[in-house]
Amino acid sequence: MSFPWAKPYEPKHPLMKWMDEKLPIPRLVYNATGPGYPVPRNLNYFWNFGVLAGAALMIQIITGIVLAMHYAANTGVAFNSVEHIMRDVNAGWFIRYAHMNGASMFFIVVYLHIFRGLYYGSYKAPREMVWLLGVVIFLLMMATAFMGYVLPWGQMSFWGAQVITGFFSAIPLVGEPVRQWLLGGFVPDNATLNRFFSLHYLLPFVILGVIILHIWALHIPGSNNPTGIEVKDEQDTVPFHPYYTAKDGFGLGVFLLVFVALTFFSPNMLGHADNYIPANSLSTPAHIVPEWYFLPFYAILKAFTFNFLWIDAKLWGVIAMFASIALLFFLPWLDSSPVKSSTYRPLYRIFFWVLVADVLLLGWCGMQPAEQPWVILSQLGAIYYFAHFLVILPIVSRIERPLPMPNSITEAVLAKHAPDAASGPAAA
Amino acid sequence: MVRPLGFLVGLGFITALVLAIFTTPLKNEPNVAYSFVKHPRHVKLASDGLVPHWDKAQLQRGMQVYKEVCSACHSLNLVAFRNIQDLGYTEGQVKTFAKGFQVPSVNPDTGEVATRDGLPSDHFPAPYANDVAARAANNNAIPPDLSLITKAREGGKDYIYSLLTGYQNPPANLPAELKPGTGLHYNPYFPNLNLAMAKPLADGQVTYADGTKASVDQMAKDVTAFLVWTAEPKLVKRVQVGWAVFFFLLIFTVLAYLSYRNIWADKMH
Amino acid sequence: MASESELNAGIEDGVRRRDFINIAAVSFAGVGAVAVVLPLVNQMNPSADVLALSTTEIDISAIQPGQAIKTSWRKQPVFVRNLVEKEIAEAKAVPLSDLRDPQTIDERTKPGKENWLITLGVCTHLGCVPLGAAEGENKGDFGGYFCPCHGSHYDTAARIRKGPAPTNLVVPPYEFTSDTVVTIG
Repeated sequence: MSFPWAKPYEPKHPLMKWMDEKLPIPRLVYNATGPGYPVPRNLNYFWNFGVLAGAALMIQIITGIVLAMHYAANTGVAFNSVEHIMRDVNAGWFIRYAHMNGASMFFIVVYLHIFRGLYYGSYKAPREMVWLLGVVIFLLMMATAFMGYVLPWGQMSFWGAQVITGFFSAIPLVGEPVRQWLLGGFVPDNATLNRFFSLHYLLPFVILGVIILHIWALHIPGSNNPTGIEVKDEQDTVPFHPYYTAKDGFGLGVFLLVFVALTFFSPNMLGHADNYIPANSLSTPAHIVPEWYFLPFYAILKAFTFNFLWIDAKLWGVIAMFASIALLFFLPWLDSSPVKSSTYRPLYRIFFWVLVADVLLLGWCGMQPAEQPWVILSQLGAIYYFAHFLVILPIVSRIERPLPMPNSITEAVLAKHAPDAASGPAAA
Repeated sequence: MVRPLGFLVGLGFITALVLAIFTTPLKNEPNVAYSFVKHPRHVKLASDGLVPHWDKAQLQRGMQVYKEVCSACHSLNLVAFRNIQDLGYTEGQVKTFAKGFQVPSVNPDTGEVATRDGLPSDHFPAPYANDVAARAANNNAIPPDLSLITKAREGGKDYIYSLLTGYQNPPANLPAELKPGTGLHYNPYFPNLNLAMAKPLADGQVTYADGTKASVDQMAKDVTAFLVWTAEPKLVKRVQVGWAVFFFLLIFTVLAYLSYRNIWADKMH
Repeated sequence: MASESELNAGIEDGVRRRDFINIAAVSFAGVGAVAVVLPLVNQMNPSADVLALSTTEIDISAIQPGQAIKTSWRKQPVFVRNLVEKEIAEAKAVPLSDLRDPQTIDERTKPGKENWLITLGVCTHLGCVPLGAAEGENKGDFGGYFCPCHGSHYDTAARIRKGPAPTNLVVPPYEFTSDTVVTIG
């Protein structure tokens, strides 16, 4: 791409030459994830999660297509069709549990991917577009996951759909009509289930499309790295293949081990017992909780309990919940520090770890009933969340004095291996 | 522009939250019922853990308890007679067992509603024709379908076992408003403390063919084991396949690690 | 500035050690991928509940000689035909060498029950349902069944005599559980 020393694609076989002239897909792959893409040589294991997220999406698409061959999107039979998959379809239990836990694995790696970006400043120039597209992917994932959870038509499916579409009824004037339009009725029903199934099948392919844009945008400046210093010359980089394909292969193995342990040994650990009860519009489960990956946002929603100004508490909660994600779009401009990596940002690093703890706290609070001390903890957690991005980050990026930085990636690598600068090359 | 605007928006949210903190009472409404609800007691079954197997004798006893006791009120819609071959019955035994049930059908000559002998492909017939009938016969409480019950309740098998063995007289200090009303029965393992189902099991209620003594505890364990099977007939297979996949992946991961080290051996990073 | 050799220490003449490790890892990945494909393919096979619907009982007491009924087994049509003497004689009169798929009528019925011809009502050409089982339908040139899709003619033993079908109508596995009840499957 933009690196002059990138290895050029030179097809040798006549067939590959022919292909290159007609439809240069091999060239595209070579330059995107092959030897033709130079990558900083110092990436750590946190750079595995992008590829793993892609793998998780592929697992979801493949298992999902298979499940759709047996699932029936009709309120009368949806629940039983899922049980039919679990009991009668050949290997159906495996495919369904893989899809169910694959969603969780997808979110786990994407959250790690996002926090890696936050820690190492991957959202900053020249990679703002990569970040923006990433936030779009995250939003699409949340929509897809939510609609997927409705499909088994259990109690949590139904009441999840009821509560989430209820957010829209908080909008003044048009809220209720918008909600009815989303549901195609007054409560989640057959129309809702059918449209959710249709969109749940569609959106993953939209995600796939945005991922291609995400990677495209990434390849223009090239990958960030743990020092946050841009690549200067050839010795700062290694070709993606074989170096990072090998590393990603190992990462994929570890990812699959966790995935397999979850799917085969404890497939319902992250689910809810209530979703094994068929949907019943006349009886609400005692304790409605969203899937774990929504819990921090759910806690923010519940934290607003006061009608402030002319906006009531419910609308505050809904606005704040959407804002908590939407503010990520502005992050590249909220943080004005030219230094990317937290390694050289002593002050920001502290707040980063407070944010990690804060999101975990919010997640824990999201799971709890609306009782003290969980209410006040989620209120404090939400205060920090907004303060972190909208108040602390802009100030820190002004007042912070970064630590001395190496001149190049190569210098950082050499310094790591030879703390005593006088000694020669360290044995690798 | 982004930063000043963001600052104002942030201040708005923070103000709303600070006001919310000061207007939310810090003390919870006391909930007396909580203090009487008991945590489910653990029951150990052969299908537990990472090396599970089906105790077929126990599953057969459990099915007998279901058939002779539970099935009077509770359906088992998702289980077909053919499935009980998993419990160690032969194809012939399954056929005979299925024949012992009458399943809903249509008279081929008149088209009227009728019943016929069960076939292995039929599912366990439900005790009531519909929810209205179930509600009417049970003091307005529909007995839930039991097929998935051990997966559909918080606490799973432990909860089912505890509930079946947990009936007792209400404690003396139970507030009057928590005392069981007419048609309700006190059980501290039930989240609402009082449930419509009367104590279903009594010592010696069934006679086991294998000579096991039919105590309440034994029957509760057996039927719980059976309901773990009905909820997930593929459970044992799932864990067994899981180990094979896990070890395969473990070897792959080690090889992938060595390969990664090998490829990077010449690159300082 | 570091030289290239400093950064890329530990390698001589560009030959990698232990290349077999890489090959082993890639091979394992390949085997794993194939192993995952198996259940993804197998899921399309008939599921357990479909396989369980494999037997059907038919009461044949009401079928008069010369008549036939159409019933179903595994959701496929089944023809049960009560042959008359003349039809059996016709079928026996055909020399086997004239048949595309040589079979005697005795091979296609049960001993002692030669008048009961039970076949699938699925043309062996491309799967249409042949005519001839119901009263008044075209029985074709040989008095058995006639498939209207592409013009296959079957004789009174449901053997292919004319037209594109390659083989006789299939006789499903069945047995007489009594004189009047047949269990198919």
